[in-house]
Amino acid sequence: MPNKKLKRVDIIFSEDCVYKDVLAESLKKSNEDILKDILDSGLRGRGGAGFPTGLKWKFASQETGEEKYVVCNADEGEPGTFKDREILTRVPLKVFGGMAICAKVIGAKHGYIYLRGEYKFLKTDLEKALEEFHSFVKELGFDFQIHILMGSGAYICGEESALFESMEGKRGEPRNKPPYPTISGFRNKPTVINNVETLVYSFMICRIGAGKFHELGTADSRGSKVFSISGDTPIAGIYELELGMLLEDFVEEFGDGDTKAVQVGGAAGFCVPRKKFKDTIIGFEGVPTGGSMMLFNSSRSMYNVLKNYVEFFEEESCGQCTPCRVGCQQLKKGIEAIKKGEKSAHYLDTLQKLADTMKVSSKCGLGQSVANSFSSIVDNFREEMIY
Amino acid sequence: MANTVKLNIDGIDVSIDAGKTVLDAAKKLNIHIPTLCYHEDLCVAGNCRVCVVEQEGVKNLVASCAMPAQDGMVIHTNTHKVRNARRHVVELLLSEHNADCTKCYKNTRCELQDLAGEMVINEHMFLDLVPDKNYTIDMLSPAIIKDDSKCIRCQRCVRTCQELQHVSALGVAYKGEHMKISTFFEHSMYDVVCTNCGQCVIRCPTGALIEKNYLDDVWDAIYDEDKHVVVQTAPATRIALGEDLGMEAGSIVTGKMAAALRRLGFDSVLDTDFTADLTIMEEGTELLTRLKRALVDKDPTVKLPMTTSCSPGWIKFIEHMYPEYLENVSTCKSPQQMFGALAKTYYAQKKGIDPSKIVSVSIMPCTAKKFEANRPEMRDSGFQDVDMGLTTRELAVMIKQAGINFKELPDEKFDNLMGESSGAGVIFGATGGVMEAALRTVYEIVTGREVPFENLKITPVRGMEGVKEAAVKIENVLPAWSFLEGVELKTVVAHGLTNADKVMQAVKNGTADWHFIEIMACPGGCLGGGGQPIPTTPEIRKKRAEAIYREDEGMAIRKSHENPEIQQIYKEFLGEPLSDKSHWLLHTHYNARKRV
Amino acid sequence: MRVKRILQEKEAVIQSSVDLTLIDPLIEKYKNKKGNLIPILQGTQDVYGYLPKETFIKISEQTGLKLSEMYGVATFYTQFRLNPVGRYIVKVCHGTACHVQNATAISEAVEDALGIKDGETTEDRLFTLESVACLGCCSLAPVMMIGDETYAKLTGNKAVKIVKEIKIKESN
Repeated sequence: MPNKKLKRVDIIFSEDCVYKDVLAESLKKSNEDILKDILDSGLRGRGGAGFPTGLKWKFASQETGEEKYVVCNADEGEPGTFKDREILTRVPLKVFGGMAICAKVIGAKHGYIYLRGEYKFLKTDLEKALEEFHSFVKELGFDFQIHILMGSGAYICGEESALFESMEGKRGEPRNKPPYPTISGFRNKPTVINNVETLVYSFMICRIGAGKFHELGTADSRGSKVFSISGDTPIAGIYELELGMLLEDFVEEFGDGDTKAVQVGGAAGFCVPRKKFKDTIIGFEGVPTGGSMMLFNSSRSMYNVLKNYVEFFEEESCGQCTPCRVGCQQLKKGIEAIKKGEKSAHYLDTLQKLADTMKVSSKCGLGQSVANSFSSIVDNFREEMIY
Repeated sequence: MANTVKLNIDGIDVSIDAGKTVLDAAKKLNIHIPTLCYHEDLCVAGNCRVCVVEQEGVKNLVASCAMPAQDGMVIHTNTHKVRNARRHVVELLLSEHNADCTKCYKNTRCELQDLAGEMVINEHMFLDLVPDKNYTIDMLSPAIIKDDSKCIRCQRCVRTCQELQHVSALGVAYKGEHMKISTFFEHSMYDVVCTNCGQCVIRCPTGALIEKNYLDDVWDAIYDEDKHVVVQTAPATRIALGEDLGMEAGSIVTGKMAAALRRLGFDSVLDTDFTADLTIMEEGTELLTRLKRALVDKDPTVKLPMTTSCSPGWIKFIEHMYPEYLENVSTCKSPQQMFGALAKTYYAQKKGIDPSKIVSVSIMPCTAKKFEANRPEMRDSGFQDVDMGLTTRELAVMIKQAGINFKELPDEKFDNLMGESSGAGVIFGATGGVMEAALRTVYEIVTGREVPFENLKITPVRGMEGVKEAAVKIENVLPAWSFLEGVELKTVVAHGLTNADKVMQAVKNGTADWHFIEIMACPGGCLGGGGQPIPTTPEIRKKRAEAIYREDEGMAIRKSHENPEIQQIYKEFLGEPLSDKSHWLLHTHYNARKRV
Repeated sequence: MRVKRILQEKEAVIQSSVDLTLIDPLIEKYKNKKGNLIPILQGTQDVYGYLPKETFIKISEQTGLKLSEMYGVATFYTQFRLNPVGRYIVKVCHGTACHVQNATAISEAVEDALGIKDGETTEDRLFTLESVACLGCCSLAPVMMIGDETYAKLTGNKAVKIVKEIKIKESN
């Protein structure tokens, strides 16, 4: 048995919580108090980008205008990530609760859950839970309705502005930013869009208090996080762990004894090789993740992994901006050509530079993050790319 | 007072209105930032990423076309990072692009080529992706060729078709590597709602959307000793052609154009302005007839408001979108088609030429005219009335091909019989022009007096506002028109099909009480047509409009009914407006089309 | 370069082979709602299993939505299909976790067993085979989904067995 060095946390799925009480009490609090709690907790967005949740809520609450929205981003499409699926299955009412509290703070009457198309099977149960939720908020005299919108299979719709476009019945193509969603989001109205997990943490911070959450984690990465652990591990699954752990400890606990690399954050994330495990912190000060931790042992070809990622991006790019649309095609065809010997190994350097350009000049996070996995895999497994 | 923001670009401070972009601010400083997807007429897309610049304090580059200028911003437009990124972006576009430039219609007139030239791109930095792409070239339409292998997905065409024209024949389909500009189910442009207006063509930065050219056919006809080739030139060509031949926007080149056409070898150089005047006679009379039927005969079947029918883009639009209003459209053919029908009848008779030997060519600011010339309705002379329709751009190409030094040409006149025109015919080329020309004549027919506007300038229908309304009170009428005494003739003018749609929605909802509607498919009217020199921008359209009105004011005759050749054709051939012969040759009707 | 030239007119007539009245309630429901396109297309696909071309035309006529825009949306999202599909859609996950655990072998085994390629439908209209992006079952990799059923920790043989069992069940 390996040492259990990592701190297990039980906040998200904690059963020590009656959602009705938490919601009823929270709705009685002043907006300022709730905002202060969320800000003090240090909670940052759990979708991957890590924007402070309290600030998002604050910005939206400061906008004038009657029509505002809360959107729950349940378009979990990052390869290797399956924690939102679990959360929505096990604690949907906490998700709704988080949305309701946010709605109170910013002054929204409608909330939307944008549910990944592939998770259609969750819809019936969610609707049942929603019925219960709606009758409860009605009892509380709180005017708030949640609607479920189904995605239709497009990874890019996890990008918030693409998600709004999709909700509006259009192609999920990211918008230019600014303006940001808190000013102009769904239907160009002020909108808070949070990941499923972020909403549950917000809800639970109202329950346990900012302090308890703030105690966990590190200065830059407060609290805990739900991880989707997969790949070459004997104990794949969903784990809620304290943020800020050393990757070395993580591998020791979850690896199969032969881990050569961990992909942190899915296709859009970073590949960390064995030699860097001991220096890598999982958190916003180190390598952040939306939840995916995929372990690879020495039998796996990192070329295959990379090819899978670039093929994925090549398909899933919305196609509107040049660096991402054409860049992904070039990266894929480029590594294939090198592997086949049609291009020399030096061409990898050209591709690295291209990846850098994609990072700085793509229109949205998708194109900007392709370089993460590309560069980290090529840098660390260069020989696997060539031979 | 508008708020202004202060920012610094490349070390220079600049103030600009809030709401403007970094690109606008750079323009103000005369700093050139390259762009591809950006177009002044369209909403910002920010998708080509050629215009990226560096903003201090921001990790990634920002697209200057989409980034609002903000107080305190420090921008650098020419850094190593910017250069690398732009270079990469252009290289990427080229890797997807069929860069067989010497065999491209847009060779030397292509924005992508210019940019590649500026960056001195010698060989591909990246792999050539073109061989693996299944690109399609759609050549079925007689007006527009869509060549996907040249497309850089900037979406200017899509935005044009949706925003300016409310047609949406073109859209964006698929995603990722397969993303493309497509019609519904990838039908040919010929089989969908495309109006052939060509607004996409004048905004396409590359050769992906071009007019179908008929240059070789025209040269063949000219060189054929057996053929008598007549050419007509539309009103808006004479104030724009110069732009493609090294002259300033707004140059009036009527005389040089006539001279050039003669030197190219056309047997007779005639003028569409003549049939524009003829249109006024027919359409004005038709309007008065409809008004009489409505007001005097109380005929419930008469359709009002009546709309103009000169713009073939508008005609195809209404066939698709508002077929229930087709009877509101004036039965007059467009000036191009009136000319065509007369060229092979009236002109042939007068000149004693076998009409089967006549080749009738038109020079138009328009791509839809190519489609119109090929319509089955347009064969009333017994032949195809207009054989080839060329754009202003194609004429410029012919002039260059013939080695003519256009700028140095003397001013010459049109040939006679169908070459004389009035200022009213000229202003057909600007939005509101047909309305103004019609009012000049109709008012005078009814009252015996000139229309009550200073120097005949009916200013309410002029200008670039999208929808312009004007009402003219008719008083002290001649006895024959007593039923119009005191009637306020209500008119509206729209240009650009999105504005046309607004007008038609008002008609449909019953919220409008207009009698007469002028609609031109293209923004600015024909002067901003899809066959005009590229670029066509708001600024250039303004200059062309000024030139048109200058030309009008310089004409000896300003009213269609005073054109002596018009008087002659009625006396010697047609009889009177709406005569049987007129109906046979100059009028037609159109049919509903599916909205696919 | 492979270039297709469109020189001849396509069959302009669209023969309606599906019962278009089936989507009347759907159109009625969403007709005047903002941003209604995606639910309409999802509902239409629920009815026919795919999006027949003529349904686009009908929806466009009744809602005013533009055909090219509808087509753009339908082709953007991978869940929309423009061709008829089989009764069972076999989705083989090619997300990273599955990919590195040899999802390709599963796809190939099913391809061989059914005699079709990725994206195709068997002649008896029983199966359609699709490679899909991560299904969010990475801890069960490699997986495939048939209907709402997820099959975990597959091998090529296991996958073929599952498909064959369905085939036998259907032929009875």
